[in-house]
Amino acid sequence: MLLFTLQKAGSPEDAIAAAQAGARYIAGGTTLIDLMREEVERPERLVDINALPLKDIRVEGEDLVFGALARMSEIAAHPDVLRLQPLVAESLIEGASPQLRNMASIGGNLLQRVRCPYFRMHDAACNKRQPGSGCTALDGLNGGHAILGTSEQCVATHPSDVAVAFVALDATMRVRGPDGERSFPVEELFRLPGDTPHLEHTLLPGELILEVRVPGGAHARQARYLKVRDRASYEFALVSAAAALEIEDGVIRTVRIACGGVGTKPWRMRACEQALIGRPPDRANLEAAAKLALEGTRPLAHNHYKIELLPRTIARALEMAGELA
Amino acid sequence: MNTQFVGQPIRRVDGRLKVTGGARYAADFNLDEHVYAVIVNATVGLGRIVSIDQAAATRLPGVIAVISHLNAPRLAYHPHKGAIDPATGERLHVLQGDQVRFYGQPVAVVVADTLDQAERAAAALSITYAAKRPAVDPSASDTTEIMAEASKGPKAYYPADTARGDADAALATAPVRIDAFYDTARENHNPMEPHATVARWDGDRVTLWSKTQFVVNEQAEIAAIFGIPTENVQVISPFVGGGFGTTLRTWSHVTIAALAARQVGRPVKLALTRKQMFFTTGHRPRSLQRVALGATPDGKLTSIVHEGRGETSRYEEFIEALTAGTGFMYSCPNVRTQYRIVPLDTGTPNHMRGPGEAQGMFALECAMDELSYELGIDPIELRRRNEPEIDESTGKPFSSRSLMPCYDRGAELFGWAQRNPAPRSMRDDREYVGMGCASATYPVLFSPTRARARLLADGTAEIEVAASDMGPGTYTSMTQVAADALGLPLDNVRFSLGRSDFPPAPPHGGSQTMASVGSAIRAACAAVLEAAARNREVRPIEAEGSAQRDPEVAARFSMHSFGAVFAEVGIDSDVGTIRVRRALGVYGAGRIVNPRLALSQCTGGMVGGIGMALMERTMLDARDGRLVNAHMADYLMPVNLDIDRLEAHFVDEEDPHVNPLGVKGLGEIALVGMAPAIANAIFHATGTRLRNLPISIENVLTA
Ligand SMILES: Cc1cc2nc3c(=O)[nH]c(=O)nc-3n(C[C@H](O)[C@H](O)[C@H](O)COP(=O)(O)OP(=O)(O)OC[C@H]3O[C@@H](n4cnc5c(N)ncnc54)[C@H](O)[C@@H]3O)c2cc1C
Ligand code: SF4
Repeated sequence: MLLFTLQKAGSPEDAIAAAQAGARYIAGGTTLIDLMREEVERPERLVDINALPLKDIRVEGEDLVFGALARMSEIAAHPDVLRLQPLVAESLIEGASPQLRNMASIGGNLLQRVRCPYFRMHDAACNKRQPGSGCTALDGLNGGHAILGTSEQCVATHPSDVAVAFVALDATMRVRGPDGERSFPVEELFRLPGDTPHLEHTLLPGELILEVRVPGGAHARQARYLKVRDRASYEFALVSAAAALEIEDGVIRTVRIACGGVGTKPWRMRACEQALIGRPPDRANLEAAAKLALEGTRPLAHNHYKIELLPRTIARALEMAGELA
Repeated sequence: MNTQFVGQPIRRVDGRLKVTGGARYAADFNLDEHVYAVIVNATVGLGRIVSIDQAAATRLPGVIAVISHLNAPRLAYHPHKGAIDPATGERLHVLQGDQVRFYGQPVAVVVADTLDQAERAAAALSITYAAKRPAVDPSASDTTEIMAEASKGPKAYYPADTARGDADAALATAPVRIDAFYDTARENHNPMEPHATVARWDGDRVTLWSKTQFVVNEQAEIAAIFGIPTENVQVISPFVGGGFGTTLRTWSHVTIAALAARQVGRPVKLALTRKQMFFTTGHRPRSLQRVALGATPDGKLTSIVHEGRGETSRYEEFIEALTAGTGFMYSCPNVRTQYRIVPLDTGTPNHMRGPGEAQGMFALECAMDELSYELGIDPIELRRRNEPEIDESTGKPFSSRSLMPCYDRGAELFGWAQRNPAPRSMRDDREYVGMGCASATYPVLFSPTRARARLLADGTAEIEVAASDMGPGTYTSMTQVAADALGLPLDNVRFSLGRSDFPPAPPHGGSQTMASVGSAIRAACAAVLEAAARNREVRPIEAEGSAQRDPEVAARFSMHSFGAVFAEVGIDSDVGTIRVRRALGVYGAGRIVNPRLALSQCTGGMVGGIGMALMERTMLDARDGRLVNAHMADYLMPVNLDIDRLEAHFVDEEDPHVNPLGVKGLGEIALVGMAPAIANAIFHATGTRLRNLPISIENVLTA
């Protein structure tokens, strides 16, 4: 590990000033320290933001608001979250391990780095770690990699589970930077790799995530997260689907679908959604709509199975959501 | 035999130490003035080191030494082969030359005042290589299989070729035939405790606090490598945090720790990282197997052909029991086995729980299951119809064999009768449900062992053996044996192990510790009681005893344990998730010394079998031999949520021939049989036969 300095921020202003001077924010540290130990992340300065008043979980009207420092485990167990946003709770519980969830913050979760194994290997070319060096995964062992949103430069999936739920539910986030605050959809936080896979998000230099707001509604209360993987816990998704449904008079009125494990960012499945509006949520309709998720997919040598798995996961997640009624 | 404690579910005598952190594992030993060593591993899979630029590393704070082949002393590397080392080939000579044989081979070691400093300097080392493309895939066309030297000839322990009758001719004419290929993945042991050694020299004597399942071998190996007398090496290893075979051998990091300590003139602590454990501490070799079975329509086997290939390194011929069970499992007049190894550019594999049997029985037991469907005969009934009266491979009777009693008891406990024999016929909500079974076997080993017993004036006793306890509960079971032999309460017996200056024990592997160490302790206790009776004044009084298998008995019997394993799986009908809903093993393993420990030992082995069946696979990038998933988040092993109901039961079995205690051992057989039972259950659930391990969602969906 490289030497670094650590300072504690007493206020958001402090933190942002430190970040402007080159410091990286550290919350739970579960991703950042891990990667620093492997010298994949090499910050010289860290600013600890854990003392900032960004921990609350509150209800505002139909919406739920999470401070950026709320822990995954706290949100997942919160009664209001379970009542109003079961999908968010489920996506958190399905992520990482209890130890990690106790430390990991929601802000840090959204900014976690990819799990592509080559990303961590200094002796392997990786455009994300070292721009221009190449992508070892492209012709390597890429069974866990993406089938949507890839480029010749990078094919790594975005690993977060809760981000998939947020994208499905049209969550927004509020950030503050040197020039003030702004809000935007969580979906717009993520960038496609394109020719610049080392740039993963759209935060401006020094911007601090303050909170995430998840709009409520009938569909949000009837929503499930299905994470498919080879072991029951402590594994990233092969494919996952967040599905939210509002059914009225036997037909689907509102539907939201997003998937993880398949895209270079959490992938909203709008074509599937459109195909379902106004239709009864029967199995045939769900399956037919789920197939539309395959549009534009580009499998690699070892991840063809995701083509098979993706629509199945979506159909099943929708069915599970439908059963909550 | 006095059995006041033997046979009782005694709690672990070291349990309190373990849960309070009082048990000291290798890296827990802190010596005055010790410094830290960090190994640097090759980043190419084959080739030569061209240059090592250590200027930047040497300038870093705290760095004491950078040692590589450029400046390391030439070590003696006298010949030495321990009981578990490959018989043919020569061990890796570490830091002695520029050759790189496999990805991750140690090429340098950095010593610094703190661990952080050593890690930093290790990362700052700049090494260039002339690299070639390694061969790491045994199924690739550019590999060649060879017959291991040690497997040649009919007397070989793991013979390359065996035959009785004419299996190929019988197969060709068999009314019913199965002929299939099976592929099991390379696996790494991944015990919880990483390998570690603390080394300290005093003149030309070295003490190693080290993680090992075989202290006396580590002593002999290090003495041979450094060219010093054996008695100049002391190995101390009171606790081993899991082994599964990986610490049977003395790997290169032990040599490096000793070498570094000698170079810098200070005690050195060296612990491998999880990633490094994948490089240089052995692995279960990948296996490629063909099993062909011929049978009559009423299910009598007429032919068994079992051809197996396993990986080895280019510099040592690792062999194991891949085809060893096939000759005696079932009655069949025509049997042919063939065992070959495929040298690859990897480190040498080594024994991993149920070594060889686990993969070999996977192939054989899946084939038996396939045959049962082909014949339309219940798989248990098929085995009953082929139950041998004697070991047909040697012509000797079994000292005891309880395979069918295990099946009968297991079938009843498991509810086998509720199984609808048709594949894909059972469902529970959204899961296809399948039930499968498989046989397990493992030989009953018993190696020469010595033990020391000492009676003290206060009425307590001390027992000493250079044995090991990697988790099965050796401390506890041996205390039970000694207490019974001495007629003392448990609390009055202190059993010590894990020191090379104690009387020697065989490797803590091969399920032979209870048999070997236990029998030696009984002998030592008898000897000390006799001495004490002759001399009632002198206390403390001590005596040694030894035990080994009577060659005459060994010549008369075929000695193996047997078991029947049942598994029920649920396969998600949409997304293919595979869940082991429950599993149950019944074993005929002789006397059970401690049912509590035995249960834990068996369920632990079953968990290992679930890993083998569904998750564990070390993945190598064929382009450079790189290990791609050398990380606990990426190399999947079962977690608690993957483990549902597991049960282990034991049939009553008295076997006076195997050893004085009548024990057969449990460590290995507990894993063998689980993977085929699961694979067979998956077939029953889905109607799709999957013959490659691990079986994953991908396999289920795309088969
Ligand atoms: C072994 C393992 C398994 C895991 N499995 C899963 C899984 O299955 N599913 C899943 O979703 N996640 C998984 N994770 C990821 C885990 O959820 C993240 O590591 C965690 O959420 C990160 O939060 P943190 O607070 O620890 O972030 P940190 O490590 O502290 O920070 C991560 C990044 O976010 C930045 N950051 C943190 N807070 C802010 C803020 N308020 N504003 C701006 N920037 C900020 C930091 O500068 C840093 O770049 C796993 C992690 C590990 C190590
Ligand atoms: S997929 Fe992305 S992260 Fe992985 S090696 Fe390629 S560039 Fe790096």
